[in-house]
Amino acid sequence: MACLLETPIRMSVLSEVTASSRHYVDRLFDPDPQKVLQGVIDMKNAVIGNNKQKANLIVLGAVPRLLYLLQQETSSTELKTECAVVLGSLAMGTENNVKSLLDCHIIPALLQGLLSPDLKFIEACLRCLRTIFTSPVTPEELLYTDATVIPHLMALLSRSRYTQEYICQIFSHCCKGPDHQTILFNHGAVQNIAHLLTSLSYKVRMQALKCFSVLAFENPQVSMTLVNVLVDGELLPQIFVKMLQRDKPIEMQLTSAKCLTYMCRAGAIRTDDNCIVLKTLPCLVRMCSKERLLEERVEGAETLAYLIEPDVELQRIASITDHLIAMLADYFKYPSSVSAITDIKRLDHDLKHAHELRQAAFKLYASLGANDEDIRKKIIETENMMDRIVTGLSESSVKVRLAAVRCLHSLSRSVQQLRTSFQDHAVWKPLMKPILESGAVELLCGLTQSENPALRVNGIWALMNMAFQAEQKIKADILRSLSTEQLFRLLSDSDLNVLMKTLGLLRNLLSTRPHIDKIMSTHGKQIMQAVTLILEGEHNIEVKEQTLCILANIADGTTAKDLIMTNDDILQKIKYYMGHSHVKLQLAAMFCISNLIWNEEEGSQERQDKLRDMGIVDILHKLSQSPDSNLCDKAKMALQQYLA
Amino acid sequence: MSGQPPPPPPQQQQQQQQLSPPPPAALAPVSGVVLPAPPAVSAGSSPAGSPGGGAGGEGLGAAAAALLLHPPPPPPPATAAPPPPPPPPPPPASAAAPASGPPAPPGLAAGPGPAGGAPTPALVAGSSAAAPFPHGDSALNEQEKELQRRLKRLYPAVDEQETPLPRSWSPKDKFSYIGLSQNNLRVHYKGHGKTPKDAASVRATHPIPAACGIYYFEVKIVSKGRDGYMGIGLSAQGWDKHSYGYHGDDGHSFCSSGTGQPYGPTFTTGDVIGCCVNLINNTCFYTKNGHSLGIAFTDLPPNLYPTVGLQTPGEVVDANFGQHPFVFDIEDYMREWRTKIQAQIDRFPIGDREGEWQTMIQKMVSSYLVHHGYCATAEAFARSTDQTVLEELASIKNRQRIQKLVLAGRMGEAIETTQQLYPSLLERNPNLLFTLKVRQFIEMVNGTDSEVRCLGGRSPKSQDSYPVSPRPFSSPSMSPSHGMNIHNLASGKGSTAHFSGFESCSNGVISNKAHQSYCHSNKHQSSNLNVPELNSINMSRSQQVNNFTSNDVDMETDHYSNGVGETSSNGFLNGSSKHDHEMEDCDTEMEVDSSQLRRQLCGGSQAAIERMIHFGRELQAMSEQLRRDCGKNTANKKMLKDAFSLLAYSDPWNSPVGNQLDPIQREPVCSALNSAILETHNLPKQPPLALAMGQATQCLGLMARSGIGSCAFATVEDYLH
Repeated sequence: MACLLETPIRMSVLSEVTASSRHYVDRLFDPDPQKVLQGVIDMKNAVIGNNKQKANLIVLGAVPRLLYLLQQETSSTELKTECAVVLGSLAMGTENNVKSLLDCHIIPALLQGLLSPDLKFIEACLRCLRTIFTSPVTPEELLYTDATVIPHLMALLSRSRYTQEYICQIFSHCCKGPDHQTILFNHGAVQNIAHLLTSLSYKVRMQALKCFSVLAFENPQVSMTLVNVLVDGELLPQIFVKMLQRDKPIEMQLTSAKCLTYMCRAGAIRTDDNCIVLKTLPCLVRMCSKERLLEERVEGAETLAYLIEPDVELQRIASITDHLIAMLADYFKYPSSVSAITDIKRLDHDLKHAHELRQAAFKLYASLGANDEDIRKKIIETENMMDRIVTGLSESSVKVRLAAVRCLHSLSRSVQQLRTSFQDHAVWKPLMKPILESGAVELLCGLTQSENPALRVNGIWALMNMAFQAEQKIKADILRSLSTEQLFRLLSDSDLNVLMKTLGLLRNLLSTRPHIDKIMSTHGKQIMQAVTLILEGEHNIEVKEQTLCILANIADGTTAKDLIMTNDDILQKIKYYMGHSHVKLQLAAMFCISNLIWNEEEGSQERQDKLRDMGIVDILHKLSQSPDSNLCDKAKMALQQYLA
Repeated sequence: MSGQPPPPPPQQQQQQQQLSPPPPAALAPVSGVVLPAPPAVSAGSSPAGSPGGGAGGEGLGAAAAALLLHPPPPPPPATAAPPPPPPPPPPPASAAAPASGPPAPPGLAAGPGPAGGAPTPALVAGSSAAAPFPHGDSALNEQEKELQRRLKRLYPAVDEQETPLPRSWSPKDKFSYIGLSQNNLRVHYKGHGKTPKDAASVRATHPIPAACGIYYFEVKIVSKGRDGYMGIGLSAQGWDKHSYGYHGDDGHSFCSSGTGQPYGPTFTTGDVIGCCVNLINNTCFYTKNGHSLGIAFTDLPPNLYPTVGLQTPGEVVDANFGQHPFVFDIEDYMREWRTKIQAQIDRFPIGDREGEWQTMIQKMVSSYLVHHGYCATAEAFARSTDQTVLEELASIKNRQRIQKLVLAGRMGEAIETTQQLYPSLLERNPNLLFTLKVRQFIEMVNGTDSEVRCLGGRSPKSQDSYPVSPRPFSSPSMSPSHGMNIHNLASGKGSTAHFSGFESCSNGVISNKAHQSYCHSNKHQSSNLNVPELNSINMSRSQQVNNFTSNDVDMETDHYSNGVGETSSNGFLNGSSKHDHEMEDCDTEMEVDSSQLRRQLCGGSQAAIERMIHFGRELQAMSEQLRRDCGKNTANKKMLKDAFSLLAYSDPWNSPVGNQLDPIQREPVCSALNSAILETHNLPKQPPLALAMGQATQCLGLMARSGIGSCAFATVEDYLH
């Protein structure tokens, strides 16, 4: 024995393992029910914490047999329960295990088991269902296929703290989107779960809380109901506020802050309510602090971004709370150079979360800077901010790129806002400069070619903002980087938003006379083609209006005017829109005409003559009688040009 | 969890493209936009003056900028007051406080002192005209009460005898350009405020005690005045070295220097600025209108005073040291730190070797039981935990017997028994013997001592039914209000500690006064909380204990469990009626007469009185002998004098010295005797458990004095339930 070779030993060990697994499965087929029960119990003890054993048993076909025993009417309750426990243990293993269980139709079998009168068996089934439903490989729809399941689960909520915990956990994982929310809501989820928030068991409280956060998300109906629910004489928002006290576990603080955030965003709680301003917001800011785990910081920042997004007052408060803007800069420092050297495990952890951290920070910066100029200034002045955005725009992760462009978009608004309100180049130039110098134009142009419509919209949107009243050089840069081909591709984009923003960009490019002439001299032909195409196409009023505005801008050029005057087709179209039923379009067409017939400019007489011949003057007379005062004024003004 | 927040809706889209039907692009867009006020430009006008220059001393400018305060300038002349800004200046501080004395206690903080009078009349009178709300005495009292309540709740660990909390601005520690009003809570600037040199500041009456753990105050900007150059913060003891401020005009923070760091938003009229000092990690953050602004300073020194600095005319601020609810939720922040500290304690690594910790705990419990003579429990506990009891059972029972006699007031028998069982003990401890004899004399007066009882034949007083129920932690012979003895013992002062306790807390019935001052926590410690604690140990260690005690005649344990059921601090007194049948089982029989008889000297017997007088003479002789042998002993002298004083009154029980007759006064005597006996056995005179508790309590006090703020959230009581 002592001189046996190594290989045979290993082989024998291997076969031994399989043999023992085989033995466990064989025992499930014993004719003596007592021996079957003992076999299941032994199997339970063998698989706990042993992924290899679990895989072996699955391969050897234990699952169908266990399911058979679980469903067999002749099986004792004890046996059924033990089967459910073993199946739950198998589900705890790898995702492949869960897939195998799903392939064996475990879910209907377990749901059937819930009809049993035996509580222990029900709890075992629920525990197993919980494990399966919380796995990412399980389609949540499986919970809703049988309409009787949800009401039955609601009824089981009163049975024990374990049924409460497992059912709430199943709900919070399987409630995705408004349809699921409505189903759960209609079956009394709010009433059935609300009182669990005061359960003695922390796990039950926590899972109930999670349920409410998924139920309330973007759901005004649920949220409106929640604000008025009383539990032990206290309103639900008050209970949530208590749960975000600073001595509560972080998970609980974070989840209750989410509940309140979602209820606020769904319109059920005012944004100036103290529970938002003095409780939820500060709690979420704390979640962004360095002391929290990376996951918590991601969730905290994302939730806070969502909370403050529509409200400038909340943005202002957040911006001064606990140095949030500086705190977010830390989100970009992962993995840190220290962690790389000292601790491989930490490096791995940091790497995993680095993308998530960055995108969360970008989102929060975007929300913070959405409205207030001072806040934007503070953000832009944060160290390396522009470099970070630019790096973010070219990251491999779509999520990060999208967040970065949203952030840039939010900050680029500032440029245009400052300029429209102050006309003060000295103020905006320092803001604009870093964005441009960092090579943002090229990156944004690149984004417009993305497959992701959201990226395309945000990219073109940011470009549009940049082109607004920009210097000639910037406009030329944008046009060159984007290329006319890409511009025309975007003009035929299937996404309406992309089309609108592209037209906006075009319009912003074609402003101030020298720029108009310059651009039209090089790209005039293509632009006129594109304009014609859109005016002939099936587009809504806004698109057409925007296009007519582009024409009006072209008509404001000096040399560019000829491109219109020599294009009878376009002139006919302008004439058509002057008589359109929609005032907006009439007005836009009116602007084109005004620009063309303006007296003091060279060649105005010829243009006036040509247009008169087309019958434009008659239309102007008609419009001067228009009930729309704006239109009427413009028409009269145009007619005066003829008289002078 | 389902999705992330959706991308931001295109909120400003409309504005972004000149959307309203555009004018001919040639026309410049007309915008009627109002320019916002430029941000306060502070370069020229900020109070960052030249450091080190100026006639007024070392750099008033820099000082003002950073709230650097200098030794208080001479008080303003009482006659020629400077031109009065809004609230009239109060009379000089010296009018309210005796010259050169300590600062006058602010407001009503002096406590229940002067009968019915409203203190600080001068200050109140001076400001009442300008006060926006009536300052009647009742309103003032109400505010004081609320302040007291809030401070007690926020800073329970602070011993205000030792370290008073700030309650108002100090009329003494202020610049002359500073005016105070409204109970010294409102500060206004009354200088001309032309240059940074005119900056002035005032600090609170007291520094922040470390035992606060977390300290917080708020300041409301009533008026920003001309320029709003207000600074809010902290200054250190010496005024000059360290000061820390947050400035309203530029939002900068200033740390002991004239140059500021960008810190937070600016603040102005109507804003409420809070300042929180974390004495655990020595940091400080500010709040604005209830929103935390983040850490402003780190590495703060100890003993900082709340301080404000003002610089231009019209600046007025109100302080809130707890008079009103705070805008910021400071209690939530405190909760977080309490949890942190307690988690730290819970996770403190103990004993690396397996079982060592448990063994130590078991030894402590066992020695405690033995010490107090819970022999049955001690035996059962030792059995179930495989320990050996260091003292023989017989010895424990002997001690128990003596203690019972002392606590029953039968001193003569107690002394005799002691002499029998421990022959040389009292010989070697003449002072102890003297103490016992003095007590015997008192018991004779009381009519309880065996010698007079047999003479008088009258039944003993109701006090006799005083049950023999040793209480945990404090030795069984201690009154509940004597918890301080533990401290003294722990610091190694020896047996005299008993007598210091004896004197300072001679009030047997726990008076409210004593508790409010500083025996507050001890009350719970010794009479309420510890009892269930020990009881639960007994229960959990062994179920047998209960069975055992119920069969056993061991009186203490039974009494003890009776006492547990009582929640009032004198539960054992109430419980006495239940003891009757147990008494019968006792080896030392004790008659119980619960009928309330008229109390007479020595039980009313003439023979007994003569015996007592005789005994008194012997005692006098013994005292003289003792002085000759051992030298003067003031404690002994006083003890004897007090005891003899009883005879000066016709009704000693209702005399000023009558408290000596209270049975509770037997406790320190009993404890001293018990400890002395134990010492002869080479056993500690204090059980290690009580010692450890005393040490922990002492340690917390030491932490408070050494400026370690975490003591605020680690009170011993928290771990005794």
